[in-house]
Amino acid sequence: MKPPSLPRRAVLGAALGIAALTRPATAATALLNVSYDPTRELYRDINPVFAAAWRAKTGDTITISQSHGGSGAQARSVAEGLQADVVTLALAPDIDALARRGLIAPDWQQRLPHNATPYTSTIVFVARRGNPKGIRDWADLLKPGVAVITPNPKTSGGARWNFLAAAAWAMRQPGATEASTEAFMRALFRQVPVLDTGARGATNSFAQRGLGDVLLAWENEAWLARKQFAADGHEIVYPSVSVLAEPPVSVVDSVADKKGTRAAAQAYLEFLYTPEAQDIAGKHYYRPRDPAVAARFAERYPALTMASIQDFGGWDSAQAKYFADGGMFDRIFTPGK
Amino acid sequence: MARFQRSALPGFTPALGITLTWVSLIVLLPLASLALRPWSLGLEGVWHAISEPRVAAALRLSFGAALLAAAVNVPLGLLTAWVMVRYRFPGRDLADSLIDMPLALPTAVAGIALTALFAPNGWIGALLTPLGIKVAYTPLGVLIALIFVGLPFMVRTLEPVLMDLPLESEEAAATLGATRGQTLRRVVLPALAPALLAGFGAALARGVGEYGSVIFIAGNMPMRSEIAPLLIVIRLEQLDYAGAAALALVMLLVSFGLLLLLNIMQARMRRRP
Repeated sequence: MKPPSLPRRAVLGAALGIAALTRPATAATALLNVSYDPTRELYRDINPVFAAAWRAKTGDTITISQSHGGSGAQARSVAEGLQADVVTLALAPDIDALARRGLIAPDWQQRLPHNATPYTSTIVFVARRGNPKGIRDWADLLKPGVAVITPNPKTSGGARWNFLAAAAWAMRQPGATEASTEAFMRALFRQVPVLDTGARGATNSFAQRGLGDVLLAWENEAWLARKQFAADGHEIVYPSVSVLAEPPVSVVDSVADKKGTRAAAQAYLEFLYTPEAQDIAGKHYYRPRDPAVAARFAERYPALTMASIQDFGGWDSAQAKYFADGGMFDRIFTPGK
Repeated sequence: MARFQRSALPGFTPALGITLTWVSLIVLLPLASLALRPWSLGLEGVWHAISEPRVAAALRLSFGAALLAAAVNVPLGLLTAWVMVRYRFPGRDLADSLIDMPLALPTAVAGIALTALFAPNGWIGALLTPLGIKVAYTPLGVLIALIFVGLPFMVRTLEPVLMDLPLESEEAAATLGATRGQTLRRVVLPALAPALLAGFGAALARGVGEYGSVIFIAGNMPMRSEIAPLLIVIRLEQLDYAGAAALALVMLLVSFGLLLLLNIMQARMRRRP
């Protein structure tokens, strides 16, 4: 019997694929973008658009691979030798950690506009259908019987933003002191039944396991969850105060120089600031930096008071004060202190 | 050469050489590197890394739950092994393969399955929640996961011993006027004791190091439902390798101590007639 013939298109595709792989290295570049969890869909859309733009400009082919996971874990992989040309992580300390190890220039955050953050997000509440517990603001989270779902700030970048958003609200209350802020955080985490290790895990606990009354989440993750679990009718609640979450990007200098991909990697990150990419970010529920693009999505993003990381004295100070060993997060779980 | 007593079997020297090299490479070398790692913190730093109340709580949970789970698996595993060895029933082969499932299943899959079952909206969780019993996201969930992963170790350790246990000795006990309870207590259990201890040790060791299946059902709340291996992972993600290694070293030493104790007890039992 004659063996079944492969569909012609598959053969052609394979041949093209092999041709693409075997083309001289100068003409075909491969980039690896190591990113955090919820950007999967975002970069899946941006990459082909950038590849087309790169080809139009230089005539060269470029392929971009993505890797996703918890921001801290991803940074650790890069520190341990994952050959990432660019990192697009959830928060600056994860890239700072790479800078401290000499993989990235210390001034990385000045190399691109807006603190090297092409898009921003914020932290919002997701409540159950009809918001039965009447959750409107941070104070409502402390009502008896309200269970709050948030991941572990030690492992999750998103959770650190959640923590800062809550602290930002507590610090803005009349007569607030350091002690009252810590008391609020302690009370808040008493309402938390589970600490997942990552933002996606927390979303699953809330949406799939039916755990908790309110989920603290990235704005983009909240809208995505609402779309994905549309039948559940989750409601997105904007608190009065939240935090301007800045997930930054950087070229990994040591890798880009070794592989000779610096030009492409740099162009890739700069491309994130173009109206085209900004529009894609907006579609994926990130807040675009470009004011013209942001205006187009204005309806989607209600204005709210957002504390920035500078209000906490920058990441180094926030990290030491809240998340380091013996910091506020550790203290609020230690009895009798 | 003359120092060793010549064995009837050939190839003792190369076999010993290969074994020692292999054990050194696979076991001792990684353990040695682990033991050396934390000291970059200095003695005080290491003490600080392992003396936090949160670390103590996590170690208590990890070892406590593993000990309890292994203890629960002693009667449970004995019963299962007894049924598998002594009785023939339809579906026995199927049941026999099912026992190994906790070993074959990726631990994350087991964890997710158990969580789905015991979560407040899961099949079992939905029945328990109205009674005020919370399993998922509590230390009880940790215990259930560890019982699950530990069972095959108990059963598989006991089965060969049960198979070798001569039926005649039980019959002899019966003819000498022993009651069924006495036969079990005086004849069967003493013969099984070393194997029970070995199974207990294997289940315990597995439980202490278990990560994948526990992490989904544990809740991971510091001081309450956070296991020690998670604390190690948390430290690694903060790039605190030395702190992680310090904690790992403590777990290693405690585990080693427990297993050594079990081995000594086992050896004592074997020596006694």
